[in-house]
Amino acid sequence: MSQVFLGMPATAPAGVGHLRGTESFPRAARRALADPQLRRNLGHATTTIRAKSAAVIDELPDWAQLRAAGSAIKTDVLARLPELLVQLEAKVTEAGGVVHWAADANDANRIVTDLVRATGSDRVIKVKSMATQEIGLNEALAAAGIEPVETDLAELIVQLGDDRPSHILVPAIHRNRAEIREIFLRAMPGVDPALTDEPAALAAVARRYLRQTFLSTRVAVSGANFAVAQTGTLAVVESEGNGRMCLTLPETLITVMGIEKVVPTWQDLEVFLQLLPRASTGERMNPYTSMWTGVTSGDGPQAFHLVLLDNGRSAVLADRTGRQALHCIRCSACLNVCPVYERTGGHAYGSVYPGPIGAVLSPQLTGVADNASLPYASSLCGACYDACPVGINIPELLVHLRDQVPHPRAEATAMAAAGYTMDRPRLYEAAQRATRLGRLAGRRGRGLPPPLTGWTASRDLPEPPEQTFRQWWAQR
Amino acid sequence: MRIALFVTCLADTMFPEAAKATVRLLERLGHEVVFPAEQTCCGQMHVNTGYQREALPLVRRHVRTFDPYDVIVAPSGSCVGSVRHQHPMVARRAGDERLAGRAEDVARRTYELSELLVDVLGVTDVGAYFPHRVTYHPTCHSLRMLRVGDRPLRLLRAVRGLDLVALPAAEQCCGFGGTFAVKNADTSTAMLADKMRHVLATGADVCTAGDASCLMHLGGGLSRLRTGVRTVHLAEILAATEHRDTADGRNRLGVGP
Repeated sequence: MSQVFLGMPATAPAGVGHLRGTESFPRAARRALADPQLRRNLGHATTTIRAKSAAVIDELPDWAQLRAAGSAIKTDVLARLPELLVQLEAKVTEAGGVVHWAADANDANRIVTDLVRATGSDRVIKVKSMATQEIGLNEALAAAGIEPVETDLAELIVQLGDDRPSHILVPAIHRNRAEIREIFLRAMPGVDPALTDEPAALAAVARRYLRQTFLSTRVAVSGANFAVAQTGTLAVVESEGNGRMCLTLPETLITVMGIEKVVPTWQDLEVFLQLLPRASTGERMNPYTSMWTGVTSGDGPQAFHLVLLDNGRSAVLADRTGRQALHCIRCSACLNVCPVYERTGGHAYGSVYPGPIGAVLSPQLTGVADNASLPYASSLCGACYDACPVGINIPELLVHLRDQVPHPRAEATAMAAAGYTMDRPRLYEAAQRATRLGRLAGRRGRGLPPPLTGWTASRDLPEPPEQTFRQWWAQR
Repeated sequence: MRIALFVTCLADTMFPEAAKATVRLLERLGHEVVFPAEQTCCGQMHVNTGYQREALPLVRRHVRTFDPYDVIVAPSGSCVGSVRHQHPMVARRAGDERLAGRAEDVARRTYELSELLVDVLGVTDVGAYFPHRVTYHPTCHSLRMLRVGDRPLRLLRAVRGLDLVALPAAEQCCGFGGTFAVKNADTSTAMLADKMRHVLATGADVCTAGDASCLMHLGGGLSRLRTGVRTVHLAEILAATEHRDTADGRNRLGVGP
């Protein structure tokens, strides 16, 4: 079989959306680590979700097989993505929907903005969606004079707090209820100052505010968890029912979906609808699963638009090892088990995709040079790989991406020298003897230069032994 | 049995007591230990830092050095993990399928110490004596790459005089992660702080593990805080007897108070 090389697919453009941070991970993490409230909130939340998820996963005797099936389905999808997307387009069109192809964030933002403008509405209600966060749709809509209202409770907290989401599933995980009360009092219209920080009271004021918005807004924007190519059916899973409101009440529904979300058949959904809630919220089944196929006369939105988003995904697909990051179903299990995420929180990653999956997905979508510190934001402990319900080998991907990162020159020189030395036993022994000179570094290494001060700031350096093992062996 | 020692560059250079203990233990159990002198480093640091090209000669050297031996042991879960999972990958990436095949073959004959003792030699009571209160940290690569499971705990439970106390949140990473400890020093330290808190909560005098690297990190922190808790490699505990308490006295990882 001959192959024609058509050039590398484009990565996600800079200057739009939220895939790039403004500073490196270590710098951002340093600030986050200095916030004890944040660490307490995160530690409490991740520990709770972790335990809940582990308990419901343990109930399933066939979890390992489900996981393997999920992985196999995604591998199959990626192997024939173009054909499945064309099939999806045909079926959605057949059912009365309109399909738009967006090569990147700019395309998608323009398409959605134009569609909303055409309806004459100056406000949209939004279902929680990672894809629209990724492309910065809210900012694009606001710039066009259209007000986006987030209706997922946690996304609403983030939006009203003029904040950024810090978790894929629980975007306001970094906030506790006292902070949420303050945000509501400050930013939500018509809130009684006597509001307490009881979860039920907080939910009640949000409900009142959102109900009015649901009933008075004609356009909704959503993402999608899955799209079934076989029938052109879209699926959104959620817990609150606010998504269901957005998907059923308005006249026009616009769905922005990453191209990797397509699955071939309804039978494939069966696998993911078992994997996702248990890995994600720790529920056996999510409370709301909404599915729709095109438009139905007299029932639900009468206009439906599906925007298929690439934004770097084809570039990820082109990498044989890297492409498994596209298996992700956005459950966030890897965030909840990650010892790095648990301590730094999501903002340190700079992208809407934080945690271990973000550390392998964001750099691939943008090109590694634009997120060069993220592949190193892991101790390679492997907890993410064990937790991933579709078996993405995140540690392998991290190591794979580290190999592509542009390295600092001093480090590259040192690594080359170490490699050269270690391939020559004589030189290696000489270097071992030189370690004894480490005593010159001062007691417990406190006199070392940067970057080794990173070690000695919190840890004593071991004293080199009198004799290496191989010296002892030779004298035996 | 004739067993080749894959000493690991860290144990060879910085923590020879762990390697010497491995030799003494295996010889006490009646086996012959050989040390192939051409070995240096498995290249894990290069691979994990993003230098696979530089790691290739080290993989080639490792495979060439250990190919002649039927059974190979290392006192490190991490380095055995590298041999098993990274060596074939590095070779394949460089397009050397033959090397990848040989690397897989060597990897099949390479064991972490607790695997060798329990699975190959079939012993859990190695005749050790270590009269101390000990907690065990299951290092990430032993736990999740090698799946050593409870093998180290079974070995420790059989040690006479040893009071084994469970470590809370044991499966969480200590924060070492190789160059992660330097590149992300603040995050690494935050992880270390929690791990130390759990170690101290056990009231143990000794924290043990199967990896000198994680112990270097943990021991460095425990020493800095002058906690008085020693870090001792699993091999040293298993090598200790009534006649020779190899792991007693000063902190063998060399960062004691």
